[in-house]
Amino acid sequence: MREHDRILLGHGSGGRLTGELVREVFLPALQNPYLAELSDSAILPELGAGRPALTTDAFVVDPLLFPGGDLGYLSVCGTVNDLAVAGAVPQSLTWALILEEGLETETLRTITAGAARAAREAGVPIVAGDTKVVPKGKGDGAFAVTAGLGIVPPGREVSDGALRPGDRLVVSGPLGDHGATVMACRHDMAGDALRSDAAPLAGLIAAVFEAGLRPRTMHDPTRGGVATTVFEMAARAGVQIELDEAELPIRPAVSAVCDLLGLDPLYLACEGRVILAVAPEEEAALHALLADHPQGAGAATIGRVIESESRGVPVRLRTRVGGLRPLDLLSGMDLPRIC
Amino acid sequence: MKPERRFHDPERTRALAKRLGQLVQQREQGFTVMEVCGTHTHSIAAAGLRRILPAGVRLVSGPGCPVCVTPIDYMDRAVALARRPETIVCTFGDLIRVPSSESSLERERAAGADVRIVYSARDSLAVARDNPHSDIVFLGVGFETTMPTIAAAVDEAEREGIENLRVLSGAKLIEPPLRALLEDGEVKVDAFLLPGHVSVILGSKFYRFLSDEYGVPSAIAGFAPVDVMLGLCELGDQLLGGTCEVANLYPRVVSSDGNPAALALLERYFSACDTRWRGLGEIPVSGLGFRPEFEHRDAAQLEVEVCAAIEAKGCCCGEVLKGMIEPPECALFDKGCTPETPVGACMVSAEGTCAAWYRHERLVLECGS
Repeated sequence: MREHDRILLGHGSGGRLTGELVREVFLPALQNPYLAELSDSAILPELGAGRPALTTDAFVVDPLLFPGGDLGYLSVCGTVNDLAVAGAVPQSLTWALILEEGLETETLRTITAGAARAAREAGVPIVAGDTKVVPKGKGDGAFAVTAGLGIVPPGREVSDGALRPGDRLVVSGPLGDHGATVMACRHDMAGDALRSDAAPLAGLIAAVFEAGLRPRTMHDPTRGGVATTVFEMAARAGVQIELDEAELPIRPAVSAVCDLLGLDPLYLACEGRVILAVAPEEEAALHALLADHPQGAGAATIGRVIESESRGVPVRLRTRVGGLRPLDLLSGMDLPRIC
Repeated sequence: MKPERRFHDPERTRALAKRLGQLVQQREQGFTVMEVCGTHTHSIAAAGLRRILPAGVRLVSGPGCPVCVTPIDYMDRAVALARRPETIVCTFGDLIRVPSSESSLERERAAGADVRIVYSARDSLAVARDNPHSDIVFLGVGFETTMPTIAAAVDEAEREGIENLRVLSGAKLIEPPLRALLEDGEVKVDAFLLPGHVSVILGSKFYRFLSDEYGVPSAIAGFAPVDVMLGLCELGDQLLGGTCEVANLYPRVVSSDGNPAALALLERYFSACDTRWRGLGEIPVSGLGFRPEFEHRDAAQLEVEVCAAIEAKGCCCGEVLKGMIEPPECALFDKGCTPETPVGACMVSAEGTCAAWYRHERLVLECGS
């Protein structure tokens, strides 16, 4: 391995070079007894009481390394969070990489260390993996694909359908940090004030349930940001939601990047935040819990479920000056402004 | 409060709205104000200002969104250039989804054309350096705000001997369409809200023709809610007081003389020429083309076969751009023409009038308030 400072096509052939990669990069970083078997399938312990939850996700972030994370860290956090917001306790993950020929091996090590760190923080083993290599020019450095298995213990079911008028929407921290950081990196504008919020949320969400709180529904506002997530939540539940612009927690550095690049922070991805919808009587207890939790800094109530109006849009934003405007799904890519 | 948030202060915005209400009450026919620039259209909509505007104040959108006023034959030529072998088209993001007669740059890119989104003309210089055997075509769309940056990129290419960078100029000047609108008489505008950023380049003096020749009040304003409301109150004061001037309410960035260095750079490479506008048609001396000595930078000189221009049936972008109708009055609005599947250019750019209405004002329509 030491003689190869870049990934070769042979590293994905399943032969000698693949074996080297597994032994020298993946196993030492991700070590756990299930992976160490190196068999075709990881055989897992029996699942405890509850319903199994299964999720899959693909990650294509550019750049691969950014302040606060990397492709590996992001992919594991994203998968863990998809399980956690469904009420599931994550049990095990798979992690597959599609690498482009010529990727620096050091970058692969960083990504792998990132995945290992996220798995450690979340307390979930990566029990199976795969690596393929595509010719130079046929990929963009590295892509990651994951699967996550979890269990929803009895009493932890959440559903958008449970939303009721009056419910509060609470977000666990500032919005748009991840999206703004990645966009800033792409435009050589990254600075000390910007850092991705990527983090595994399983611990925070477990603490919410352990405190006796019963969120109606939870979502992680990743791709498409808070606006998209809340829109989908409202549309699925058949309710209307009003967000309050004045209450949105947005860091000054994120606002600045958005102003410069013509982006709307409501549509920027978060990778370590959860939106929890709770009954109004649970709002204060939830805030008390978030205030004491390291991942709850900057939490805020950003909106509420309102009584439906027959011709209303699913989500509307009350602007600072008291105007109302609809929040829609993003159309196509978020395009930069031109003047 | 931090200085940059002062102009977002909701209390101050509402206080100004109240004052505007007192002004408009005193004028029977109300005020019809044209916000010339797409950035104003967008920021008014995003802040939800229309909902707190007093009755009697009517805002109409003007021709100041560069994507919206770019005619379809420009897009047809851009698509033809994208199909040309060994050609890389660099463009601002908004143009990529604008429909051409038979395609769009987005579709051409999916079909294999090399179309790259850049944030500035200077980014296309880097593309030119990295791809010495390709022709790099930058789609130079914009007003006096954007064009100096394009001239600066051309200037750098000239000085550094980067020969493979060309610009397809779709540049527009802001004065001719304002004159055309006033002389046309189809649109009754009492006053103009003028864009802050174009004025940074041109200076406030530039707009004196509005007051001197047409007797129409105008105000240069920034884009935050307080800026916009200050501008509208100023226009109300002028209309009621019977005065008429170019008020500069954005002195924190706009000077009387503008930016002479930027204007000199523009002057060096470009000269005024006739050009076509979507909705407004051909307006004499309303665009900027390369001076003859810099013809080698003009992407329009590259020979390509351009299809015949076909405007989409039923699209009312023209009427919208002239402020004659509001977007929901177009039969296609939200019925076949959405930001997802735009029929006309006004639905594409975030600053396009139709897109701003679609994204931000539908609630006002639906709630009827």
